[in-house]
Amino acid sequence: MANKKEHWLYVISPKQKLIDLNLREVWHYRDLLILFVKRNIITVYKQTILGPLWYFIQPLFTSVIFTLIFNNMANIPTGDGVPSFLFNLAGITAWNYFKECLTGTSDTFRQNQGMFGKVYFPRVIMPLSVVFTNLVKYGIQVLVFIGFYVYYAFFTNKAENTSIQTAVILIPLLIMFMALLGLGLGMIVSSLTTKYRDLKFLIGFGVQLLMYGSAVMYPLSYFKEKLPNISWIVEYNPMTTIIEAFRFMTLGVGDYSTANMLYTGVISFVIFIIGLIIFNRTEKSFIDTV
Amino acid sequence: MEKDVILKVENLSKQYRLGLVGTGTLGHDLNRWWHRVRGKEDPYLKIGESNDRSAKGESEYVWALKNINFEVERGEVLGIIGKNGAGKSTLLKILSKVTAPTIGEIKTKGRIASLLEVGTGFHPEMTGKENVFLNGAILGMTKKEIQSKLNEIVEFSGCERYIDTPVKRYSSGMTVRLAFAVAAHLDPDILVIDEVLAVGDAEFQKKAIGKMQDISNSDGRTVLFVSHNMAAIKSLCTRAIVLQHGTSVFEGNTNEAVDFYLKSDVANDIAHYINETPNEGSDILEVSMRDKDNNISGLFGFDDQITLQVKLKITEDIIQYGSLGFRIKDQNERTVFSSEIDLIKFVEKDGVYSSNIEFPKSVLLPSEYRVIIGYHVPNKEKIRSLFDIINFRIEETGTIFHKYKGVDFGCVMLDCKWSMKPD
Repeated sequence: MANKKEHWLYVISPKQKLIDLNLREVWHYRDLLILFVKRNIITVYKQTILGPLWYFIQPLFTSVIFTLIFNNMANIPTGDGVPSFLFNLAGITAWNYFKECLTGTSDTFRQNQGMFGKVYFPRVIMPLSVVFTNLVKYGIQVLVFIGFYVYYAFFTNKAENTSIQTAVILIPLLIMFMALLGLGLGMIVSSLTTKYRDLKFLIGFGVQLLMYGSAVMYPLSYFKEKLPNISWIVEYNPMTTIIEAFRFMTLGVGDYSTANMLYTGVISFVIFIIGLIIFNRTEKSFIDTV
Repeated sequence: MEKDVILKVENLSKQYRLGLVGTGTLGHDLNRWWHRVRGKEDPYLKIGESNDRSAKGESEYVWALKNINFEVERGEVLGIIGKNGAGKSTLLKILSKVTAPTIGEIKTKGRIASLLEVGTGFHPEMTGKENVFLNGAILGMTKKEIQSKLNEIVEFSGCERYIDTPVKRYSSGMTVRLAFAVAAHLDPDILVIDEVLAVGDAEFQKKAIGKMQDISNSDGRTVLFVSHNMAAIKSLCTRAIVLQHGTSVFEGNTNEAVDFYLKSDVANDIAHYINETPNEGSDILEVSMRDKDNNISGLFGFDDQITLQVKLKITEDIIQYGSLGFRIKDQNERTVFSSEIDLIKFVEKDGVYSSNIEFPKSVLLPSEYRVIIGYHVPNKEKIRSLFDIINFRIEETGTIFHKYKGVDFGCVMLDCKWSMKPD
């Protein structure tokens, strides 16, 4: 054999670099990503009568309940001239995307262990497909929101102070933050639950608790006024910023500043990167411990 | 001629931790992490034993693979042989990147696609066509590649009529056909195949083996093939390695490798089982397969005498109603036959007994079989059930069927009364 240095296409080894994400490989599997998204969408509501209507029903009913309990019963103000229902619908619409991304990706390894144990493809495709699938769902829910928005703005006089802001063009940025945040947290949780399943129990009620801490059904300003001592919990929560910003952009009420957006963007990105690193470390050997 | 090595496995080892994941695991993890922080070697890599499943070990860690080295040249079809638990599947899993090795490396010059299972990711709610695309993409094909091969795939599967029907309406055989069809049209540089051939009906198996032969012969594809089916190994592979307890014990020409596997202890040590932790009371103590000279053996000729020997302890209380029985299963988990006795007919007082069960001669056809043994009081108490302890093999020593390969003749040869007269 000659002394020439042999050229290998790739090497399977136990060594782990900190970030080992092979973007070219992910790109090669883009068709798989699309097919997974398609599969997720067409199979969820197979053999249901209402089908995709369920996407509408869930946020609508939640908004009605929130309006009845938090606004009509507990008298939480939603700002002058902003209908409580619309306020809640805005909060829930924004919150839902994050929630679905988080819960959808937090069980990636366990749910797909059958497939992951038999075939290799970049594992990150799986949580990514969840995030994109939810984007479609989210689109439908935003349509519902727009529908009610138009109704309140043009057919009633309850929404006199409701005004759309020019910042509304930044909504795609908000969606990206939510996706990164949900995906990042979801990947962290899914990686940790492969060996220790304790987190699985946390995630169910943790998400619910987080909702109460994310200013979904109350304005941040009201929370600060009533509970100034612990308001930092809500204030530093990046989801609060996102929801407040979403309501500011669409309804004109809420706490919005460039600094806040920057803060949330950085936090989301950092969490996403941490998630990616942990996920990458786990994917190599999770099948032995799951 | 210079060797064109496409795949090189160097010093490959894989360690597993036995037992359950629990609080103790966290302790080990922390210890391991603490060693890493200080820049020291993983303390648990030094320990661990070879992977002999029947011998009771000291350590919680075992090496499922230890120091595996081999090279594969372009266009070669390499067979990997070994009994259950020899490390074949672990090796395949590492090759297909499902899990990472603990030590060592695999270097490759080509794209590897692995078939550890057919139909991975099939969704029952989606149509056959949708599943072809999804499954193909999971196996690493692009949409364009699948599109260009779609007609071929559908034709090969023989499911044209059902291609737009959800897979949940398919018979299981059809699902397997469709799944295999996708797999057979994969186009990687190196193909890694686990015993996926053992699916479907006989006609389809023939078709599948034929397709495999095409792939490996005409296309000059590199294939790594793992199987228990020596006939398939012999007809497909150009070279083979034999694994035992996680190490490679033989490497070379296919026929020699198969002979080595059959003749050596590799096959025989699964014909003997000793219960290391017997119950205080009644229990099975030892089980073995014996040849006509009463030697332990896991390999018999078709017309050899085969005896199953069970050593058991019988206590006073179960003599009256206790039973000892066994079942013989074939490779496809079909039960070939069973037999059982009531102890009361053989035993009068308690003690340790040796029970010899002689099988009828020239009945079991050449294949691999598994013995399942149950010691119990029927419908009341299970004393000991042993499922995966004894395997034996009947070798082809000249039955009428020896001229055929890879055809399923069933498991038993019956002495049918044939006659033929001019009409």
